[in-house]
Amino acid sequence: MAELLFWPALLAYGEAALAYLGEARRPGLAGSLATWGVRIGWLVQTALLALQAARADGFPWSTWAGSLNLFVWFVVGAYLIWGCQVRYRMLGLTVLPLAAVLLALAHAGGGTAAHGESRYSNLFLVLHVGLVLAAFAGFTLAAGLSALYLWQERRLKRRETTILRVRAPGLARLDELTARTIAVALPALTLGIAVGVARLRDRGGGVDALMAVTLAAWFVYGAYLVLRFGAGFRGRRAAYLVLAGFLLVAVVRLALPVTHFS
Amino acid sequence: MRIVLVGISHHRAPVELRERAALSREQAAELADRLKGTSGEAVCLSTCNRTELYLADESGGDAERRAEAALLALEADLGPALYRLSDEAAALHLFRVAAGLDSMVPGEGEILGQVRAAYDAGATGPILDRLFRQALHAGRKARVETAIGESPASVSSAAAALAEQVFGELRGRKILVIGAGKVGDLAARNLLSRGADIAWIANRTADRAAELAARFGGEALPLEHAEEQLVDADVVVSSTSASGWVLERAQVERALPARKGRPLFLIDLAVPRDLDPSIHELDGCYLYDIDDLQAVVAETLAGRRREAERAESIVADEAGRFREWQASLDVVPAIASLRARAEEIRAAELKRARLSESERKAAESVTAAVLNKLLHLPTIRMKEAAAAADGVIYADAVRHLFGLEDDR
Repeated sequence: MAELLFWPALLAYGEAALAYLGEARRPGLAGSLATWGVRIGWLVQTALLALQAARADGFPWSTWAGSLNLFVWFVVGAYLIWGCQVRYRMLGLTVLPLAAVLLALAHAGGGTAAHGESRYSNLFLVLHVGLVLAAFAGFTLAAGLSALYLWQERRLKRRETTILRVRAPGLARLDELTARTIAVALPALTLGIAVGVARLRDRGGGVDALMAVTLAAWFVYGAYLVLRFGAGFRGRRAAYLVLAGFLLVAVVRLALPVTHFS
Repeated sequence: MRIVLVGISHHRAPVELRERAALSREQAAELADRLKGTSGEAVCLSTCNRTELYLADESGGDAERRAEAALLALEADLGPALYRLSDEAAALHLFRVAAGLDSMVPGEGEILGQVRAAYDAGATGPILDRLFRQALHAGRKARVETAIGESPASVSSAAAALAEQVFGELRGRKILVIGAGKVGDLAARNLLSRGADIAWIANRTADRAAELAARFGGEALPLEHAEEQLVDADVVVSSTSASGWVLERAQVERALPARKGRPLFLIDLAVPRDLDPSIHELDGCYLYDIDDLQAVVAETLAGRRREAERAESIVADEAGRFREWQASLDVVPAIASLRARAEEIRAAELKRARLSESERKAAESVTAAVLNKLLHLPTIRMKEAAAAADGVIYADAVRHLFGLEDDR
């Protein structure tokens, strides 16, 4: 049953990613197809997660691959907040290919199967994993917005004559949305880390590499928010800082799973 | 019934000629009423790019002469610029006009409303009613299914669209207009129509600045004070006749720290230019001069032309559908006569038969079914023949074979 839900979700995300490519070349029908692909894919993945939750003995996404599955769901869900608007379709070009690849990785790692058990308490995992993944999804979206900002900024600086052919959100709007997304995601990460630290103190254990990189990401995003709201830090450099923060998130998500999930 | 079109347009008639043949809505309605005659139909479409008369009449030649005479009565020199089209070609032409494919700027949006207005004011009957309704449908369809009308077609609308690329929505954005000339006025209007506030108008002549400020609701400033507003302004539109830079890089640079990273979009519509081009190199500053804007417009117009190719096929399909409908009119009377004659025979035979009530009911139903089945195929074949232009031959054959000549 889980397989029956996984493949349509992956196909829908894949279709959306390809359709967004088509939209970048020729805006119109491809954009609508992409939006529907995202909607359908997300609904099917929601059903997959519900099935996993119903069948699992304990928190079903406590493995690296399982958490990747949940992470993709958070990212696409967050994208859907704006992604259905025509002007934000180009954001899909940064988010959906990533979502499709990560979901495939999650499947390869066994994170989409409808069985599983956990060594940890459900409450701890829901709070820790849920909050950290929701925060990472927010940072991923913020990175997509920043990438879109840099692309749009470059088109404006180069005075590209085709700039009105593929319309994107205004620079000021992208900058504002990035700041808002991070302002929501960082408190979630803070709480997620706090829950993890509380458990560490309770049960003992050291700080691993993943925790160290997560803390580094927390500092980067914290610095961004302080500079943004305290000193009006905007524009290209702010976008680069957000992407630097995302690089750490990517390292945490993909390169360092072994230290934390073993 | 034949459809006839006689008209002039921007393709062959210069504005000096077109303006003499231009008609107000009332004049167009009056002319259409006059041209329709006793049994015909007429619509007069008059815009700044064209004056066209559409007539539907039994006698095409006579209708054409009447339309031509009506246009020549407006201006005797129109003769060489006149074009004449009939039936399918006239329909295709109107569909292209409604879709904006025959306009100076492909896909311009006003024409659809003008076609509707002409239709509303016209003296329409079944033919022109169908023709114009289908033309409006084709025009809407071309705009919905292609991007022919989406991109800006003028420098001022391109400037406003680019400002949206910087800020997203322009609602509440503050505009500093430098120079109170016509060009700046036009650009300001475009920004205003998208929700921006014209906050300041700086001009060398105080009276002109005050006049414009009163109209747009902004504050009039002497030109020297323009720099002071750079901290708060979001968009700067400059179009003075000054020979040197009105704003230099250093002036903008001074304002940047207080702007706290907010982007500044500068539009230089003046020739010679007003704004130091190196302003564009500053972080968060985007300066577009008249050449940059014209290049954007040229590209969007090229995009419109690409979309026009797709719109052409939509319009051609619609014209084909209209042709089929018009052709089917040739056989409709023959089909109606044939069915009426068959029904008449059936009713008479049933009346003659001695049947009980229940038997009559059964016979009614059986004979009606037989009749329908028998006439179904000839009806379909006649309509198909009409679409292939053989409708009249088939209709005549049916009338002859079934003795329907008297029903004409």
